[in-house]
Amino acid sequence: MKEEKDKLSRRDFIRSGIRGACLLGLGGVLGLFYNRARASDLVWQIDPYKCIQCGRCADNCVLEISAVKCVHNFNMCGYCRLCTGYFNPQPNALNTGAENQLCPLGAINRTFIEDPYYEYTIDESLCIGCGKCVKGCYSFGNGSLFLQVRHDRCLNCNDCSIARACPANAFKRVPYSQPYVFKEQKG
Amino acid sequence: MKRIVLLIIILLILPGAAFGVQRFPPPEFETGHELPVTTVPNPRSEFLEYLDVVMLLVTLSLASYLALKKRSRRGLFFLGIFSLLYFGFWRKGCVCPIGAIQNMSLALFDKSYIPPITVIVFFVIPLAFTLFFGRTFCASVCPLGAIQDILLIRPLKVPSWVDNSLGVLAYLYFGAGVLFAATGSAFIICQYDPFVSFFRRSGSVSIIVIGICFLIIGMFVGRPYCRYLCPYSILLRLTSKGSKWHVSIAPGECINCRLCEDSCPFGAIRKPTQVQKDRKEGKKALTAMILLLPVLIALGALGGVSAGTPLSHVNSRVRLAERVWMEDTGKVTDTTEPSDAFRGTARPKDELYAEVVRINGKFAVGGGVFGGFVGLVIGSKLIQFSLRRRRVEYEADRSSCLSCGRCFAYCPVKKDSAIADA
Repeated sequence: MKEEKDKLSRRDFIRSGIRGACLLGLGGVLGLFYNRARASDLVWQIDPYKCIQCGRCADNCVLEISAVKCVHNFNMCGYCRLCTGYFNPQPNALNTGAENQLCPLGAINRTFIEDPYYEYTIDESLCIGCGKCVKGCYSFGNGSLFLQVRHDRCLNCNDCSIARACPANAFKRVPYSQPYVFKEQKG
Repeated sequence: MKRIVLLIIILLILPGAAFGVQRFPPPEFETGHELPVTTVPNPRSEFLEYLDVVMLLVTLSLASYLALKKRSRRGLFFLGIFSLLYFGFWRKGCVCPIGAIQNMSLALFDKSYIPPITVIVFFVIPLAFTLFFGRTFCASVCPLGAIQDILLIRPLKVPSWVDNSLGVLAYLYFGAGVLFAATGSAFIICQYDPFVSFFRRSGSVSIIVIGICFLIIGMFVGRPYCRYLCPYSILLRLTSKGSKWHVSIAPGECINCRLCEDSCPFGAIRKPTQVQKDRKEGKKALTAMILLLPVLIALGALGGVSAGTPLSHVNSRVRLAERVWMEDTGKVTDTTEPSDAFRGTARPKDELYAEVVRINGKFAVGGGVFGGFVGLVIGSKLIQFSLRRRRVEYEADRSSCLSCGRCFAYCPVKKDSAIADA
């Protein structure tokens, strides 16, 4: 009987030893990150200056329709009549005919403002984030169209599956308070 | 001085050149047209992140109460369904303590990554609870556990040698997850999470097929992911070993009636031991295993160091650097999208190569530690098998018991230690 009691206490001793060590470890983890932790959360965003418009954003999001959409910085836009983000490389005519458009979903609206200026707005409900228009605008225009993670849609996965597929390393975690990286007018 | 001025001018011009200059000046409208403003929808409110933490605390407390105090399997079951709905289907499975292992590893080894408080809290709280109450987190808080638990309809008994060997997989997965996260290469635990695609109701075909396989297997083998893969279970097993309180099969004194013997679908019930014979033989085996431990660790570490370089190819920067080098030396004639993208940036190659050398160094050290860890795990398992623990009653193995409470109903002992009539 005595031996049994001894055994039990030995087991208890080992147990409390493990518990103490684990508590120390957890305390250590907390202590280590106490100064470094970030009160606000982190969210995913595309650095538009790194983006190469490869089109992977459209296919690699865990959402059926990607959380990445095209956005437009109107300050940078030239309001061109012949918009290389809107039109095919060889359009039949400069009108809103579907065959002339670059966007596979017709998600860009072209509105006449005044001669010779046209305004291009993105219909986000149609945009799939393929970046075709972004490429066109970047290659021959001002580059005022660019891709961004839209945070009303993004699930903020711990491991962003588009970031994993991005060939240009353009995805990064940004603080919750500044969730967008917009293109700015240069010079 | 002139040079400095020149340098400043070049630096000022460069970004414009690199990012495309204004080809067409923005118009000045005569009609006074106002430019539209691009909307910037906010991410999910931060308040909700803190709500998640509160929900974690509440469900953990409730689970511990239901398991240890109330001893209610039914309560744990419904709490599990709630957690599945909340942390799983509503929160879409992110962020969870299992995945947080990777954030913590990355934060430890990459000073530029600063983890959000919510992630740290999600990592620490379940472990802290386990230190006091056992694995109540697994019982009915973890959505991955809950989805398997409710589908377990016809549990088969897994032979203990299969159970033990498959259990090593979880340690390997844990080690690999930490290694790849710490080197900033990948978050494989999230990438290969078999159930998260159900929570999001979308995902790649392969991962959905894997998930369905897990659920089908899970109908007959109790919680296959939890027992044989879950990386967080490694930490929970350890903390549960040292838990202050833990669920017991019998609410009072065990009467060794054997009724609970086969009640656990997870093989966590340990029978009372027979009277030991041949103590000397056992001691010999134990000594041999203890001596074997450092050998296994050393072998593992050696193997890990040499496996570091092949493993480093998981890192996309390493693959990119190799590709760029191959293109430069004429080993391949075409280019790839990543290499084109890299050349498109003005970044010098030496910088990339230097970065990759650093990553490779991390992989050599990390691979060694990983290998040593594998050796330690296998060695400890062997020692554990040669240890002869004495048990006088049926008890739940603290490290593998999930506190699900299935065995409660099998025990005829009532709370006040009196034996039930039936």
